Amino acid sequence: MSDTVFPAGELMKGKRGLVMGVANKNSIAWGIAQQLAAQGAEIAFSYQDEALERRVKPLVESLPCEPFMVQADVTNDESMDACFKALEDKWGTIDFLVHAIAFAGKDELVGSFTENTTREGWRRAMEISAFSFVDAGKRASHLMPNGGSMITLTYLGSERVVPSYNVMGVAKAALEASTRYMARDLGPQDIRVNALSAGPMRTLAMAGISGGKSLMKTGREWSMMKQDTKMEGVAGAALYLLSDLGFSCTGETLHVDAGFHAVAVPSMDENE
Amino acid sequence: MSDVLERVTKIVIEHLDVDAEKVTEKASFIDDLGADSLDNVELVMAFEEEFDIEIPDDAAEHIQTVGDAVKFISEKVG
Repeated sequence: MSDTVFPAGELMKGKRGLVMGVANKNSIAWGIAQQLAAQGAEIAFSYQDEALERRVKPLVESLPCEPFMVQADVTNDESMDACFKALEDKWGTIDFLVHAIAFAGKDELVGSFTENTTREGWRRAMEISAFSFVDAGKRASHLMPNGGSMITLTYLGSERVVPSYNVMGVAKAALEASTRYMARDLGPQDIRVNALSAGPMRTLAMAGISGGKSLMKTGREWSMMKQDTKMEGVAGAALYLLSDLGFSCTGETLHVDAGFHAVAVPSMDENE
Repeated sequence: MSDVLERVTKIVIEHLDVDAEKVTEKASFIDDLGADSLDNVELVMAFEEEFDIEIPDDAAEHIQTVGDAVKFISEKVG
């Protein structure tokens, strides 16, 4: 990942926003943040707890912009209040939000969805992976009097069945539907809300999914482009959606997965 | 084997930011080297990348020391 190059420019100059969900250097949110910073954005980073703060800090300090980190536990209203209060105190208004947060228990990311999904597991996956975007989006919109743009990260397991993805697929479906409703509500305020559906990547989130690596292999072999999803592509799509390049695009789920989402049957020639 | 140990040691030192002399084969990532559960996941991912292998979840759960990692990887890259 270290040889990833994010093109520099001024597409995000003068724009400020919050990136939620960086866990380490492989995080998609981190790739997006680097691209936004290379285009002049000022970025605040939220972290869930000390274990994540320790990981995110050195990354944030490596960026050209002033390091700004704030704690935010998306399951706790007081914590969310404090996070957005800190943003308001520092900046007054913001222009963008990146939501890259999801959770499901390991026991529910394996085997039978029907057998393994518990009431509590369902509730937590929905709250942390879908409601948290609605809640953060509401709070962010209150700081966007001049319009803005929000994105969340999703995955194809919301639309079709993917082994082991299970309750997370259901939560991502709720997340994508929430994106559309938020886009409708916030549209008149010139706030765009979109979801970015990336192909499988080597992140901590992937490590939590049973058989995650075979998803990557299948993704590569079945994709139209016969390749892994590149961080440059995901970060570039995020830049498009979050900058003024994305004007008029809202309520959309944009796939960045080397074409995998549109394939019903893979090319057979090399297998015959 | 020694090559594997060397590369594993290098990854552990870099990732956990610990002194080289602490990284012995008997050292436990969590008990001796200050790793937390996220570090363990990240280390396994780093090993997979370095050696171009796959470490399944149930095997990863049993990799608790530097020696465990070296043993598993050596068998894989054989």
